[in-house]
Amino acid sequence: MRHRPRGEHIIRFDGVGLRYGLGPEVLQDITFALPSGSFHFLTGPSGAGKSSLLRLMYLGMRPTRGRVVLFDKDIALTKRYEFPALRRRIGVVFQDFRLLDHLSALDNVALPLRVRGVKESEVQKHVPELLGWVGLADQLHAKPSTLSGGQKQRVAIARAVIGRPDLLLADEPTGNVDDHIAMRLLYLFEELNKLGTTIVIATHNEGLVQRFAHHPRLHIEHGTVQKVE
Amino acid sequence: MMLGRRSDLPLKGDATSRFLPWLVALMVYLSAVAVAGTFVLAGLVSRWDHDVAGTLTVQVAPVPGEAGEMLTDERVRQAVDLLRRTTGVKTARALDKQQLVALLEPWLGSAEVVRDLPLPRLIDVAVDPDIRMDLGDLAERLAQTVPGASLDDHRVWLSRLINLSLTTQWVAIGIVLVIGGVTSATVVYATRTGMAVHKGVIEVLHLIGAHDDYIARQFADRAFSLGFSGGLLGLAMAVPTLGLIGWAARRVEGGFLPSLSLPIGGWVVIALLPLAAAGLAMYTARLTVHGTLARMP
Repeated sequence: MRHRPRGEHIIRFDGVGLRYGLGPEVLQDITFALPSGSFHFLTGPSGAGKSSLLRLMYLGMRPTRGRVVLFDKDIALTKRYEFPALRRRIGVVFQDFRLLDHLSALDNVALPLRVRGVKESEVQKHVPELLGWVGLADQLHAKPSTLSGGQKQRVAIARAVIGRPDLLLADEPTGNVDDHIAMRLLYLFEELNKLGTTIVIATHNEGLVQRFAHHPRLHIEHGTVQKVE
Repeated sequence: MMLGRRSDLPLKGDATSRFLPWLVALMVYLSAVAVAGTFVLAGLVSRWDHDVAGTLTVQVAPVPGEAGEMLTDERVRQAVDLLRRTTGVKTARALDKQQLVALLEPWLGSAEVVRDLPLPRLIDVAVDPDIRMDLGDLAERLAQTVPGASLDDHRVWLSRLINLSLTTQWVAIGIVLVIGGVTSATVVYATRTGMAVHKGVIEVLHLIGAHDDYIARQFADRAFSLGFSGGLLGLAMAVPTLGLIGWAARRVEGGFLPSLSLPIGGWVVIALLPLAAAGLAMYTARLTVHGTLARMP
């Protein structure tokens, strides 16, 4: 992990717009910047464009207009072969988890390390440790199909954080877990944040946002960022 | 999985895993037969060329009538004398009637039938290949000195035979290339299908930072593994077939067909076909994945 000095912008959007195919713009004139080491909640009603905004941030799509600068790289000018290096600095928790059903929980979490070419001995040391931390020590070899929604979510979170990313993006990461686990996961994100990871959590859970009200919020409505606190 | 490498993509259960080895098996089988044919023909051409180079045949027509036999013998002697005096001729040897009959027996039947036919007499001439002879001049002198004598330097029929063999060899090579092309096209189709089936997994791998080659390698490893197993199956089918053809050819040799044995080089090439097919499948799969991923964001 190559943490930047706190305060420098890790991600910047300038007049960004996004449309799917020939449809209407789902994001319009998005302009904001997130300082390195910050912790933001991304809030807004359903359909406001939270997931689309995250998709642009984790380089799942390119904007149809405007400028996105990530880790000082203008995405429009970045070559395709440079993307993997940028993506390795980002951890993503997808709303639908996107676990690989044919792999065990351990192998799913190990994926980011294996694509980086980390030694298998290191993988076997760190992955069970992290899965233990999220309460899945007894499910290392379970396939996602045998896990509950909450367990899958924790596997997805473990996969997102195992590589100690510079930027962690989570789409409703506490949507399927009880309050106790939700708090535990939020504490995990806070620990990562203290170590320098910039965190953006998209959530509907207003109660959770209130409990961690010391973190600013990026509010989006009708495809436009309403406020950055 | 090649070399026991880990695969994150569930390629083992794909439908392509079931048909690709059989297809490659068939391709390797056909290639093996075509390669064997090429090598056998190349061997034949070289043997004919070697056997015939440095030899000439002089034919003396039989003289009819009661004293014909004696006259024919006299003409043969004259021709032999002329040939032996010619620069570049190493030996000139007239074949006697028994040798002629033995030569014709496989074609015309029993010696009794052949013996009564008015057969032309043949003179087998060995020439020094290092000395350039004027064969046109020799043919003219023979015709003038010995009535009914003609010179055959085998070149016309040999060159036609060699042309035929070379054409057949090129056709066989073309067949192997077409087979390679069909195999590649099938691997392209199978790989694209696999990529469409596993689009979600590929997307996840991309988003966690996998390089295109990380994904391409997994498809390539699988294609190699399927290609190699199919290739071995094709080889296992081809060897008995070639053995059977060889056995059948040996049964009809004895004058009609020259020896149709496959040289050791041919066996080596055939033995390498499974590896070549697997390599082709691997390379094609890798290129296909790179090409397809390059169009993704």
